[in-house]
Amino acid sequence: MKLFDLTISQLSELINKKEVSVLELTTSMLERIRNVDPKIDCYINIIEEKALKRASEVQEKLDKGELKSPLTGIPMAVKDNICTEGIPTTCGSKMLSSFIPPYDATVIKKLYDNGAILLGKLNMDEFAMGSTTESSYFKHTKNPWNVERVPGGSSGGSAAAVAAGEAIYSLGSDTGGSIRQPASFCGVVGMKPTYGSVSRFGLVACASSFDQIGPISKDVTDCAIVLNAITGQDPMDSTSSNTGHPDYTKFLVNDVKGVKIGIPKEFMNANLDEDIRKAFLKAIEILKNLGAECEEFSIPIMEYVIPVYYIVSFAEASSNLGRYDGIRFGHRAKDYTDLEDLYKKSRGEAFGAEVKRRILIGTYVLSSDQYDKYYKKALQARRVISEKFNKAFEKYDIIIGPTSPVTAFRFGEMTDYDVKKYKGDMFTVPANIVGFPAMTVPCGMDKDGFPIGLQFMGKHFNESMLIKAAYTFEQSAEFHKNKPVI
Amino acid sequence: MNYEIVIGLEVHAELSTKTKVFCSCTNEFGGLPNTHCCPGCIGMPGTLPILNKSVVEYAIRAGLATNCEISKYTKFDRKNYFYPDLPRAYQISQYNLPICTDGFIEIEVEGIKKKVGIERIHIEEDAGKLVHDQWDEGSLVDYNRSGVPLVEIVTRPDMRSAEEARIFLENLKSILQFTEVSDCKMQEGSLRADVNVSVMPKGSEQFGVRTEMKNLNSFRAIIRAIEAEAQRQIDEIESGGSIYRETRRWDDSKGVSYTMRSKEEAQDYRYFPEADIPPVIIDEEWIEDIRQSLPELPEAKKNRYIQEYGIPSYDADLITSSKVLSEFFEEACSKSTNVKAISNWIMGDLLRILKERNMEVEDIPFSPEYLAKMVELIDKGTISGTIAKKVFEKMFDSGKDPEVIVKEEGLEVVTDEGVLLELVRKIIQNNPGSVEDYKGGKKKALGFLVGQAMKETKGKADPQLVNKLLLKELNK
Repeated sequence: MKLFDLTISQLSELINKKEVSVLELTTSMLERIRNVDPKIDCYINIIEEKALKRASEVQEKLDKGELKSPLTGIPMAVKDNICTEGIPTTCGSKMLSSFIPPYDATVIKKLYDNGAILLGKLNMDEFAMGSTTESSYFKHTKNPWNVERVPGGSSGGSAAAVAAGEAIYSLGSDTGGSIRQPASFCGVVGMKPTYGSVSRFGLVACASSFDQIGPISKDVTDCAIVLNAITGQDPMDSTSSNTGHPDYTKFLVNDVKGVKIGIPKEFMNANLDEDIRKAFLKAIEILKNLGAECEEFSIPIMEYVIPVYYIVSFAEASSNLGRYDGIRFGHRAKDYTDLEDLYKKSRGEAFGAEVKRRILIGTYVLSSDQYDKYYKKALQARRVISEKFNKAFEKYDIIIGPTSPVTAFRFGEMTDYDVKKYKGDMFTVPANIVGFPAMTVPCGMDKDGFPIGLQFMGKHFNESMLIKAAYTFEQSAEFHKNKPVI
Repeated sequence: MNYEIVIGLEVHAELSTKTKVFCSCTNEFGGLPNTHCCPGCIGMPGTLPILNKSVVEYAIRAGLATNCEISKYTKFDRKNYFYPDLPRAYQISQYNLPICTDGFIEIEVEGIKKKVGIERIHIEEDAGKLVHDQWDEGSLVDYNRSGVPLVEIVTRPDMRSAEEARIFLENLKSILQFTEVSDCKMQEGSLRADVNVSVMPKGSEQFGVRTEMKNLNSFRAIIRAIEAEAQRQIDEIESGGSIYRETRRWDDSKGVSYTMRSKEEAQDYRYFPEADIPPVIIDEEWIEDIRQSLPELPEAKKNRYIQEYGIPSYDADLITSSKVLSEFFEEACSKSTNVKAISNWIMGDLLRILKERNMEVEDIPFSPEYLAKMVELIDKGTISGTIAKKVFEKMFDSGKDPEVIVKEEGLEVVTDEGVLLELVRKIIQNNPGSVEDYKGGKKKALGFLVGQAMKETKGKADPQLVNKLLLKELNK
């Protein structure tokens, strides 16, 4: 087996036993990227020199016993909306194509403190707006299972990199499913932690009350390891929570006996691909056989989930993206006649169509004569949705569903700007609207050989329960062992 | 027709906290352009606002000192608009749940007391500053002020004259200074006001259409702008025109205002909740702690001066209008037994000299103790009142101890009887005409002779002694 095929826990053992050095591992990963990335196009920026330099430094500290995290020496990469000091952070946009932050995101600092080796920055939908990674200004990332298909999005680069062995693990960001949907499309594990459990400092904001950074990994064990490292309160993010967290690896146990699992009827009745429905039903059977108590129930508010998500998140995004005005950083138009012209041209030239659409809609729903009709109503509905889900969580430990109603589709299939495209988000957005944690694990393949994801949703700050259930499922079903051939 | 003017104010005060409202940059005024900044206060991607707890405390202090209700639950909102001095393209402010509501400040105009209502006080951040004309190819931006904490204090339309507005502002300013919420330096822009003015027929209960005026950076400008705007509205109505809801810009050099934008052109700020800052919960205990720590406020201080020191109400009012001045006064009084004289010197020569020399109380180069010392020198008869005026000027020049000045310049009163007798005899000899007049019954001539003696000694002779000696010599 090649090094790039191994997991964090496997590689960490090899490093500790000195069977492989951090530098060897990093070098081999960079070679893998050189071989594969021309086909997959995960990376916007590969930081070869910096990675090798850090590898030597980490090895030195490791030898002195100064670093002993399971992440020490493990090469990884992050979505390009996570700020990295001295390394361009583009958000997949022409607007920030030359932006180099003078600071590291808190998650980056934490991973560095654990001895992580950053290989580079990963492709994404522009400003995390999209579900195919096609709206990136730079390139189209391909699905490692078939280069004619999209990897999903917006963290398409992050999911594809892990699936293709171009990073041992990665970080993505999830505003409405942007970690889970691409992870499901690429057949890997992805988690959106509870809102507030991972610091957003240094994450370029898309929709502030939804955004959350999370890990994408090859299995549930790795997910727990990365989550341990990045979770925690941060004085730089006042929405980060002080609840503290357990050692998530303690929950890597085979035990779902008596765990109460709810299955929303609305998910079952949705327009699911037949193969996905089959895989989902089979997953329920597996969980039942493992001792979980599965039960269908109804959340009659599901039809409002998508409109609420789009109104509120577009509103927030329209405000968050105001700062890209060509004055201090980012793209500035060459020729302009006055201030307004500078704004219009800079923004007009450097934002792509999806970003413009969301800014327009977001601005509209916040305007004084539309506010009550859209934004205010959506906030009220958001509250009701939260109540309904929290109520359901009084009864169930976990709610499950398919991660996406479809598997990876072809390039261009989702470019007709129609509401249909947004409906695929129905399964993932509740976690962002309400803030609870959710993770996806592979649960089978469709007839064309594309991965299907199973989503576990849990109570606020109860990632442990998700990890336990997902781990038990994974160990029994072993779908995570499927690998694409590139 | 007789008209009544209706005035409401929106006052912005920069808070005197050490650091900015959402980052740890210094809140000091000035500095080289763009040196008091960090990625946060220039709005770089990925940065988040962290609310400075002292800002909340200062705002609560302002609210308590102006008799407001303090909200137990308050939150922040975004006010969205594009301008180069606003780095995130939204200002973090408070929209529907401000930290303080429903207060008032008492004012006294021509002996009549009234309350001016305060609708709300909210926290917000200041913007940077555009610098024009320093560079040929365009304007530059200085973000040092970006993120400086402000409170906006919004009054109810309770004022009925420019004078009432002026007194309200004076009172507000001294309250903010006494509570150390703001230094209120208008020349540095740490206190600014927008003015809402309307007019209505006297006795009417229906307010007229109001206009808002911006760009007012001195009390004088505010008064002038109110008067000019009220007159403009009256003239407009009298000539059959109408007043429109609009924002006007006051040009203080020309003494006129111009339409900045009409209601139709008003910006839509698209206020909505700031998700990056969780709502702030303020508990009763914290409010009580702050209430206990509030210093004596101007009104209470004024009443105490009148009772404790027995100084006139007018004097007490003026001295308590400035925190620094009242501190100077109290310090001087604590070192003196003649409080009345201290107050008189402050009300008279001290304020006059400050005005003449264009100085602030903060700039006085000597300690209050020296004023007390000078009063003591007069009371002991070491110097005369006339000489004291000279000594006082010299104290402003050099900041020196009055005793030292008197010594160095030889300004002590001449009380040596021998020296004065000789002088008196010389004056009698040199002014036979006046001596004749006196002896002929013109008692006024004595004053002239005393004056001559004082002139001769450059005011240093003890006038009483000179008087006594003259009488003695003349009656011989």
